[in-house]
Amino acid sequence: MRRQLQTMRKSLFDQGYLDEQFVQLEELQDDANPNFVEEVVTLYYRDSGRIILNIEQALERKPFDFNKLDAYMHQFKGSSSSIGAKKVKAESTLFREYCRSRNGEGCMRTFQQLKKEYATLRRKLEAYFQLARQAGPVETACRPK
Amino acid sequence: MAAQGRHGGKKSNKMTALVVDDNTVNRMIHHRLLDNLGIENVAVVNGKEAVDIHCSGKTFDLILMDMDMPVMNGIEATRQLREMGIRSMIAGVSTRSMEREIREFIEAGLDDYQEKPLTMSKLISIIHKING
Repeated sequence: MRRQLQTMRKSLFDQGYLDEQFVQLEELQDDANPNFVEEVVTLYYRDSGRIILNIEQALERKPFDFNKLDAYMHQFKGSSSSIGAKKVKAESTLFREYCRSRNGEGCMRTFQQLKKEYATLRRKLEAYFQLARQAGPVETACRPK
Repeated sequence: MAAQGRHGGKKSNKMTALVVDDNTVNRMIHHRLLDNLGIENVAVVNGKEAVDIHCSGKTFDLILMDMDMPVMNGIEATRQLREMGIRSMIAGVSTRSMEREIREFIEAGLDDYQEKPLTMSKLISIIHKING
């Protein structure tokens, strides 16, 4: 099961879903805070869900308020970056570029892709954390990079 | 005897930090980073709360100041803290990358600036500046 966990973890990085920042979070986890990463990710999805909703509502209002959309996405990108959500962060960057160039269609298209990546990552991380719980705690020295 | 933090930092009643960030995820991560270094820390959610906590008489060795916050942003908060005579190390942490924006933040009175996300090595480099 531990090997399966390692394989799952590795694939999250190899497939570009996560970046080095996720490793930084793992390094903050210890015996006193054994679920730190999962707690941060849970908090991320709770908080960022509100921002996603704000953006959805803002995209329903015409004409687009690109400054507001950009401000929302700035917040969202910051959180996504903090947990190492690489693909989500990339879509956030693209969305902001479309905001700056006042490209409404680009914003809408990118936002749909962003939501897909966001949901996919959530699914993968939930599966990863579930397996990690089943596998039990790991010695810090043995945690692979 | 001062207790050891996980990364060897001494948990001392002298080293304290204030996290100023409106983002819950970042506050959680910054709190944990500081905790691991044995630094006692509190968090507030905007620049006005940062100013208010100092007005209440509290001071900190280190302030981690986000730039974009509602009510009062990091630039204005830094400016006000310096005008109040606060000489703590203020490190700006932000996702902003435009030179002009960062320069404005630094000119408000920062001692250091680090791009988010904040990592242990970035935080240690900030701490080293406090210790000289």
